[in-house]
Parts: sequence; structure tokens; C-alpha cells
Amino acid sequence: MAYRTAFLRRTALAGLFGLVTLAASAQEAPKPLPPGSPLIGRPESEEAAKLAPVSAPPLPTAADKLPTAKLKVPPGFSVEVYAAGVGNARSLREGAKGTVFVGSRLLDKVYAITPNDHKVKVIASGLHRPNGVAFHDGTLYIAELSQISKIDNIEDTLDNPAKPTVIYSDLPKDEAHGWKFISIGPDNRLYVPIGQPGNNVARDPQHAQIRRINLDGSGAETVAIGVRNTVGFDWNPNTKELYFTDNGRDWMSEDVPEDKLNRLTKFGEDFGVPYCYQGNISDPDFGWGHSCSDYTPPVALMGAHTAALGMRFYTGSMFPAEYKDAIFVARHGSWNRSKKLGGDVVVVKLNKDGSVKSVTPFLTGFIADNNYLGRPVDVQPLKDGSLLVSDDWNGAVYRVTYKGKAK
Amino acid sequence: MRTLLLAGLAASAFAGAALAATPEKAEQCPACHGENGQSQTENIPSLGAQQPAYVLIQLYMFREKMRTSEAMNGIAKDLTDDDLHSLSDFIGTLPKPKPPADAGDPARMAAAKALVDKEHCNSCHSADFSGRDNIPRIADQREDYLVQTLRDYKSNKRAGYDGTMAEVLGPISDAQIVELAYYMAHFTK
Repeated sequence: MAYRTAFLRRTALAGLFGLVTLAASAQEAPKPLPPGSPLIGRPESEEAAKLAPVSAPPLPTAADKLPTAKLKVPPGFSVEVYAAGVGNARSLREGAKGTVFVGSRLLDKVYAITPNDHKVKVIASGLHRPNGVAFHDGTLYIAELSQISKIDNIEDTLDNPAKPTVIYSDLPKDEAHGWKFISIGPDNRLYVPIGQPGNNVARDPQHAQIRRINLDGSGAETVAIGVRNTVGFDWNPNTKELYFTDNGRDWMSEDVPEDKLNRLTKFGEDFGVPYCYQGNISDPDFGWGHSCSDYTPPVALMGAHTAALGMRFYTGSMFPAEYKDAIFVARHGSWNRSKKLGGDVVVVKLNKDGSVKSVTPFLTGFIADNNYLGRPVDVQPLKDGSLLVSDDWNGAVYRVTYKGKAK
Repeated sequence: MRTLLLAGLAASAFAGAALAATPEKAEQCPACHGENGQSQTENIPSLGAQQPAYVLIQLYMFREKMRTSEAMNGIAKDLTDDDLHSLSDFIGTLPKPKPPADAGDPARMAAAKALVDKEHCNSCHSADFSGRDNIPRIADQREDYLVQTLRDYKSNKRAGYDGTMAEVLGPISDAQIVELAYYMAHFTK
């Protein structure tokens, strides 16, 4: 509990300074860390000081240097490179004609991978953190940090695409958790998350939520609140309920809170952040006066600091029956933990009532000697039933197929 | 044009400085960035012992016009990915910049150190501010360059690779920016 001590020490110092600084100069008073800093809540320990988020390199790894041979999948499955040279590959989306669209977060580009020869084309650039991509009726939707835009008829214009047209920009501009995953629901509305603008900060009406808008940008409404930072969601093909991952706060401890898989069962539901984490931990700073029982608990815990990001229900027919309507979740892997955790794709199997039956590893091997060989960000089942996985560390997209058990 | 002419004059400025062979395209760097990794030019950063991963990102961003500098956008325009690797690796081998002869005003340094500690600058930039991976060395960087850089990050005029500095600087005042830069420019271990 070193960070509590540090906090008390700072507070005590502030008290001592108070008399002096009020008389002299107010700007001398110790100030809290900025709201967006990833260091908020960092304890004063040497081991903790070694941990910091590390950004992926800008240049993609050459195809023959990718860690594909080290990746592991269950018996009968195999994994191959679908496309290399997709710098900082993030969110994935398949177009109606088989084009795969890929967003990026650290670069300014959105890519298209052509269906037959898997050629990588930059279809938009000069964008600010274009992490999210969605596709509907021939139109590509792109989510930058603080605006949503679209390119109509994209698959017929890959060699000369129009510039994206902005449809919605009533969004905060915070860098922290400002990048967005987007998706279009069964209600034909575009779902847009707005993360908390920092590790663990007070709730305000503009953040910690998922909104939906009409496809022309009109009719914005908030469908879920108390969401810290979701970077992946999809709808249960049977119940049509929205399931979404949410990343827990940093610096509470090595082992809690865990990231969550949530399920939205009613409009406007509250998932607890920043008062309650992982459904049963009252936050040491913001939890006072609140009870975890007032918020919707997760349907599954996804591991401490694992960064559960992109997810899709699997409705294809290539994989064995046990994967039917299961959820694949990409876990980007932890930074706020001494021993790395996550950095894989897990499969979440559900019961008939939509509750979670099991969470098991599916694609692993991205961590060696506590270092990342790659970091999965999103998954996308293709029409043929195979599963794509993006890796922003290497700027690559892998494809998992099932050919049955060897006899 | 000016850069190209100067580059010719300074072509051998790195000779003897580094163990690694100087990549041909690095020969133009000293014209503005100084010899042996130490800049003598206003608002131009010293490059010595800069973290290769950071340099690669910056060169990439100059090439792709994600970071704006007329001179560097022009120079980086035709660099290949291999050039980015060889230049950034080479720059990492240059000697680290020296602290200025004047050690800095002790009272000012002490006050600035308290601010540096409170803001946890060492958490990412390392205890000796030599940086790590994609996080730059800031120890003994030019003071004017540091002030400008921090101001540009704060206003988002310079959009960082991952946005961390814009967030961290949100509540930092301009007066504090000046003190942070003073401390880093005079840092001695």
C-alpha cells in the first residue's frame, strides 16, 4: 500500500506548504498528477518504476521475420501470415467483397488488404489515431481520436479512394483512451466508445460511456455508462445483446483488477467505473459512498492488465461445432505487471442463457522470456470461416484455419 | 539547398567519433545537429546517444509528414526503411551530449528537481534521463529545444507518437516548462 503512504505524504506536505504558499505564491503548492497521466496512482517502488507503456515500432516486420512459427493453436488448427507490411495494424473489418480493412493507432493510415493477392494498400492517411473501422452497405466508417468519417463505395475505389467525409465530431479530444473501436449493430447504428481520459479519474457526462449514432451522424444517445475503455465489442447472434471488453485500471496491484467482459441487457446500464472495478472491488479513491452491488457485474474476468481488446462472435462453419457462437477475444498483453500476462487470443464459450461457460487460450506464443514477439489487437472471422488476427507490434495480420485432426 | 551545401562542408565531421561506419546519409546531420552528437545551433537538438527506437520513430514521422519541420521533412522524404534503421542505430552510437560548463543555479536546480520527482519524469525517461526504447534521452539536451518541444507537446502543435506527453503536460504551466527544461539541460549525474 505504498501508494497510499505516498498520497498521504503529499497531502501532508500540501498542508504544511499551505500557510506559506498562500501568502507567497500559489503556484508553488504541490499539484496532483495530470488527469490523463498513465502514472496516476503509481506507487513509489523501484519495481513499479520499471513499468511503463511501450509503443509499437512504426515500421512493420518483414514477412520472413514474423513470429508465426512460434505461435500455437489447438490441434487441427494452423496459423499463417495473411499480410505483412500493415504498419501498426489495429482494428479489422471485412468488406462485402472480401477486402479486409485495417486501422492503425500510432500511424496516420488506414489500409485495405485485397481479397485474392493480399496486397496492402494505404486508402487513407494524414488521420489522427484512426484506430476504428466498420463496414456497412459498401461504406467504410473510420474512427479517429475525435471524429467519425466515411468513404462510400470503398471496395470499388481502392486504387483511388475519396477522402473520408466527417459524419460525427461531437467527441472529446483527450489523447488518453481517445482512440476508438467502432462497430455497427443489428439496429444499424454505429456504436462509439468514449474512454476515461486517464487511468483512474472522476466520472463526467462526456466520458466513460458507449454511444450510438445513426449512420449519418445524427441521433447520438448513450447506451452504457461506467465503461473505462472498451476497445472491442460485438452482438450475440442469438440474443442480439451487446458484449464488450473493458480494461481495468492500472497501479492498484499486480493481480487486480482484472479486465472484464461485459454484457448490456438494458439501455443505459451502468458498469461501475471509476467506483467499482471487476464487479467486486471498490476503488480505493473513488469507491467511497458507492457499492459494487449498484453496478452491472461482468460476465467474465479476462485477467489482470491483460488488455482484452477486439472481440467477435464466431458464426462461421470452418471451425468445429464447439466454437459455434463462441467469442474470440484478442488480449494485447499487459504493461502494468512485472510478469507479462495476455498477449494471446482466447475463446469465450457461452451457455444458452448468454452467461459464460469457459475462457480458454486459443492462439498463444506471443510472449517469450517476458518479452513480446507480437501483440494481438483484433480478430475478424472471414466469410470462409477462417479467423484473422491483427498484431500492431509487427504490423501484420495472421490467419487461423482449421483443417481437421490429422489421422 | 542550404542544408545540402553545409552537408558537403561537414561531410567528415563524424569521422573518428563513432565506432560504427558512418552511413552515407548521416553525413549531412552535423551541419545542423553539430559534431560528435552535440548541437551548437539554436533550437536544434543534440543527437548524441539518442535512443535508436526514438530516432527511428522521429525519422519515420518526418518522412510521413506526421511531424513538421521544413528541413527534416525534406531530408527524410526519400529515406528508405533501411536508411531509418541504419541512421537511428548510428545516432545511438554517438557520444552523449555534455552538460554545459555552468552547473546551473543550485536553488533553481533543487526546486526543479522537486518538480521532476513529483511528475515522475524518471518513470519513462529513466533515472539518469537517458531514455529507453522509444522514450528519448533528455539529459543535457539543449535548453531552448526542450522548452520549445514541451510547449509544442502541450499545445499539441507537435502530436507525439503515442500522445503521452500531451496528456502529461496538460496541467503543467509554462513557467514550470521553463524550469523542467533548465533542469534537464543542466543535468549532471
